[in-house]
Amino acid sequence: MHITKDLVAASATPLVLGILAEGESYGYAILKQVNELSGGQLEWTDGLLYPLLHRLERLGHVESAWETPPGGRRRKYYRITDQGRAELAEQRRQWATVVDALRGIWSTTNSIKPIMAPAWEAGR
Amino acid sequence: MTVDRDNDLEGQIAEWRAYMQRRRELQHTDAEELEDHLRSRITELSESGLRNDEAFLIAVKRMGSLDELSREFAREHSERLWKQLVLPGEPDAPTAARSRRELLVMVLCAAVAALAIKVPGLFGLDLSGDDAGFYARNASLFALPALAAYFAWQRRVGVRVIGVLASLFVLGALAANAYPLADDSQSIVLTAIHLPLALWLVVGVAYVGGDWRSDRRRMDFIRFTGEWLIYFALLGLGGGVLMAFTANTFGAIGLDAEGFIQSWLLPCGAVAAVIVSAWLVEAKQSVIENMAPVLTRVFTPLFAATLLAFLAAVIWTNNGIDVERDVLILFDLLLVIVLGLLLYAISARDLAARPGLFDRLQLALVVSALIIDVMVLVAITGRITEWGFSPNKTAALGENVILLANLTWSAWLFLGFLRGRMPFARLEHWQTRYVIVYAIWAWAVVLAFPLVFDFA
Repeated sequence: MHITKDLVAASATPLVLGILAEGESYGYAILKQVNELSGGQLEWTDGLLYPLLHRLERLGHVESAWETPPGGRRRKYYRITDQGRAELAEQRRQWATVVDALRGIWSTTNSIKPIMAPAWEAGR
Repeated sequence: MTVDRDNDLEGQIAEWRAYMQRRRELQHTDAEELEDHLRSRITELSESGLRNDEAFLIAVKRMGSLDELSREFAREHSERLWKQLVLPGEPDAPTAARSRRELLVMVLCAAVAALAIKVPGLFGLDLSGDDAGFYARNASLFALPALAAYFAWQRRVGVRVIGVLASLFVLGALAANAYPLADDSQSIVLTAIHLPLALWLVVGVAYVGGDWRSDRRRMDFIRFTGEWLIYFALLGLGGGVLMAFTANTFGAIGLDAEGFIQSWLLPCGAVAAVIVSAWLVEAKQSVIENMAPVLTRVFTPLFAATLLAFLAAVIWTNNGIDVERDVLILFDLLLVIVLGLLLYAISARDLAARPGLFDRLQLALVVSALIIDVMVLVAITGRITEWGFSPNKTAALGENVILLANLTWSAWLFLGFLRGRMPFARLEHWQTRYVIVYAIWAWAVVLAFPLVFDFA
């Protein structure tokens, strides 16, 4: 299944904030976690996570620090701030509303007409 | 075998990193962060059984296209597209330490120059009073030795070059002060104008690190001169605003700051600005687009149009040029401007590029300036005997001839280039060679004119 770009972009911020709310992390680990959480369905272009993290940092939702584990590579860790937690709560409320609305619409459309692949796609 | 492969992988990663760092949207730390990501991805892929090079390819592919990545980074960090001035941002220690040291030495040189201009005051030479003549003819001797010293330090020139520089400055100081010139003589004005030019070319020797025979380095000095003028003008504007505010804010509380401005802020600021501008040009060389060629592009068509309109007006109205005493100076300045436009067009030109519309415009500009100047010279020769050869007339005429010779030959070379008979490099070569003529002339005016004209 391919998830559209717009949807990926819209869900990126709450996903990243949600992951960071569980504890500090770094880019690659965040990406892996997103991948696991979505069962491999949510595919991000790896590099684009970083501009997003930098934007969240500029907005004050997260803060970062370079850390060097003994014998390891220097790595940039991100940590959620209080403001970030507030933002996450706000995003949760918004998403809950959207999901509720969608659920409502799915149940009505389902009862009228089952989802069927359009004819022009069936032939592919 | 594995060692080989690891080396291979390191090489590939290094190449990728270099490629990333060429994008100015991506700073050093961003590249480092992305590299960490890339390595994590490669490790994971290798652990799942891929060969290193395969893992590298997939990891790079998953990172996304560099264009898209830089676009996103640019959107987030738009300030990076504006190259930041004053302090360089690169965190690599050696570069930062070096630029800090350069900054320190620059400040030191600027301070020395600023103090130097106050030293004669200790011996009772008043800046604003009767000794203005002393300051006028010595002005360049306060700032330019410090500037030369800065370049001598920065280029690590040898003892021999330092000796040459020092003796030339001493020679300049002697010429400005040893001759018994009256404060209202023409020669003293000529010295005040030509000594800075002569010493500026001495600074050029320091600028090129003593390698003054090299055409490429001379061209660099010409480029430097153009940028330096622009920075100096900008600093001057800022300084003007500063002085206006100083005078008016102190005036508002009933204190008169005029004295401080005239005897400290203005002279010390001006000589320090000479050094600071030079440092700015050097520090920003690779950071900002050079301004002089841009201005040249803007003004070459405008000047060409003006000169052609002038020529057309002369022919149409049949008015001769009114040969007044100052007209030679006016047309000297015109030639200087045309030469400047030519020089800075050359300085930024890709030598291998084919002739284009702009080159034709440039030739039109040079040729129309030449025609106008010849008209002036023809009109003036008749009257020169009438005036006699005063120092001013001789200097103005000599400069006119020097510039005329340069531009005539330039026009000839330009024509050859436009017709595809000559490489453009010939023109550049001619201009860089000609610098020596300016040097000889400026020194001749400073050293020989007072003697020839009996200190008139």
